[in-house]
Amino acid sequence: MNKLIIIFLASIFTNNIALTYLLGMCPFISLSRNLKTSLGMGISVIVVVTLTAIINWPVYYFVLIPLHSTILTYIVFIIVIAGTVQLLEMIIEKFFPVLQAVLGIFLPLITVNCIVLAVSLFVILRNYSFLETVFFSFGSAVGWVVAITVVAAIKEKLALTGDIPKKMKGAGITMVIAGIISLSFLGFVGMLAV
Amino acid sequence: MNLLPLLTINAVLFIILLILTLFEKIFLRYGDCKITINKKKELTVQGGENLLQALSEQKIYIPSACGGKATCGHCKVQVVKGGGPILPTEEIFITSEQKAEGYRLACQVKIKEDLEITIPEHILETREYSAVLENKVSVTHDIVELTILLQEPAQLKFQPGQYVQFLVPGTNEFRAYSIASSPSLVPRIKLLVRLVPGGLCSSYIHEVLSVNDRITLTGPYGEFFLQQESKRSIICIAGGCGMAPIQSILQYQIEQGMPRPFLFFFGARTQKDLFYTEALREIEKKYPKFQYIPALSEADESGSWEGETGLVTEVVARHLTDGGNFEAYMCGPPPMIDAATGVLQNKGIDESKIYYDKF
Repeated sequence: MNKLIIIFLASIFTNNIALTYLLGMCPFISLSRNLKTSLGMGISVIVVVTLTAIINWPVYYFVLIPLHSTILTYIVFIIVIAGTVQLLEMIIEKFFPVLQAVLGIFLPLITVNCIVLAVSLFVILRNYSFLETVFFSFGSAVGWVVAITVVAAIKEKLALTGDIPKKMKGAGITMVIAGIISLSFLGFVGMLAV
Repeated sequence: MNLLPLLTINAVLFIILLILTLFEKIFLRYGDCKITINKKKELTVQGGENLLQALSEQKIYIPSACGGKATCGHCKVQVVKGGGPILPTEEIFITSEQKAEGYRLACQVKIKEDLEITIPEHILETREYSAVLENKVSVTHDIVELTILLQEPAQLKFQPGQYVQFLVPGTNEFRAYSIASSPSLVPRIKLLVRLVPGGLCSSYIHEVLSVNDRITLTGPYGEFFLQQESKRSIICIAGGCGMAPIQSILQYQIEQGMPRPFLFFFGARTQKDLFYTEALREIEKKYPKFQYIPALSEADESGSWEGETGLVTEVVARHLTDGGNFEAYMCGPPPMIDAATGVLQNKGIDESKIYYDKF
C-alpha cells in the first residue's frame, strides 16, 4: 500500500509528466489561457489517461505477450485509446448531456495527445503491476492537471496585472511560466521515486 | 513468416469496431425527428446526424464552406426549439446577441429531438446544380474567368450580385464565388476565381479544372444584390474578384438600357491587376451615364499610368461630391469595405442604402 501511495505522489510531484517530461505541451500551451477551459481539459485528461492505462495494461499482458505481438504495442495502444475515447464520447452523449457541454471538444483532442500514450507506455516500461498502473496513471493525470491549472491561474493574474512584452504573449510567456514552475518542482527531487 | 502480429492487429481492430458499432446501434438511436422550418415546412429526418447534413439530404443547402468542421462559421441558423446547449466549438462564431436569439452552427447541432428552426426564406429556394465547364480564361496573372454551362437543372434564377457555392471534388467542402454574369445568360454563368496561395478550391480551379469537366454548384445565395425597384443612382466599389458581382449588376443594367447613372470604382494594386478595362471603356462610350474609374494603389514610377492613384476609398472621396441620391454596392476585402463605408456615409449616403459583400 505504501508503495502505491509513493507512486501516486511521485507521479504528481517529482515526476510530473508535464513539468519533468514535457509531455502534453500542445494543450498545455493552448488551453492554459483561463482556469475554466484548463479544468475542462484537465477532467477529460484524468478520465482518459486513467481509463486507457487500465485497459492497455491487460491488453499488453493478456493479449500482446501471449500472442508474441509486442512489436505492435504502440499501434495497438493507439487504437485502444482512440476506441476508448470514441466510446466515452458516446456514453457521455447518451447519459451525461451536461458533461458533454463541458468536455465535448476536449475528448476528441485527447485521442492524439501524447500524455495518454506516454502513460500507457511508461507503465509497461517500468513493469508496474495492475494496481500500480491504476495509481500511476491517475497520479500522472492529476499531476498534469495541477501543472496546467497553476499555469492558467498565473496567466489569468498576469493578464490583469502583468505588463507582458508583445512578442512574449501567448506561447512565449507560457513556456517561461512552465520553466519557472518546473524549476520549483525540482525541489521535490529525491523525496520520492516512481 | 510470423503471421501472428498481423492476425492480432486485425483481431484488436475488429473487436474495438464491434464494441463501438454495437454501442452506437443499441444506445445512440434517436428514431425519426421532425424539423419545422420557418413555422410552415415540416421534414422528417433520421435522428443522430447533424442539422447541416440532414438539411442537405432534404435538398436544403445552407451555405457552408468547411464541410461541417465548425471552421468557417457560415452555416448559421436560428434554432427556435430543441437542439441542446451551444457548444464551445461554435462560440467563436456566434456573437452574444446571436446567442440570445438562438443562433447555432447547423453543422454542430446534432438532431436528437424535434427541432424548430428559422432560416432565410431564399435559402429554401437554393438547390444543387450539375454543370460542365465550357471555358476558362486567365484575365489577370492570378484571376481566371470560368464560363459554366448548367445542365441539371438548366435553369437558375438569381439576382445580380448573388453567389453560388462550388463543391471541391472529392471533399465535402464548398467555396463561394459571386456570379459575374447577367441572369439572362442562364443556362451559362460566369465566375471569377482568384488564386489564393494554398487555397483548396482556387488551386483546384486554377491548376486542375479543365474544359468539359463536371462541376457541382449550389445556390443562389446572398443578400447582396441589385435593388431592382430603386431609382437611385448606383455607385459600385470593388477590388480584385469583387469585380464579379458588379459585372453581374452592370450587365443587367446594360440590358435594361442603363436607366440609372452608374459609377464604378475599381481598386487594384498595379496595372497588371486590372482587367476587363477595354470592355468597360466601350460601355462608357456607349452609355454616357456609366463611368469607370480604376485606381491603382501602387502605380509604377514610369508614368505609364494616367488614371487615378491611391487607395480606392481616397479616389471615391475625391470624385463623389454629393451622395444624397446614390445607393452603393461594394464587394472586396473587409478593410476596403469598412473604409469605404465611412467615406460614403461622410458623403451623405444613408447606411441603409449601402450594400456590401465582404470576402
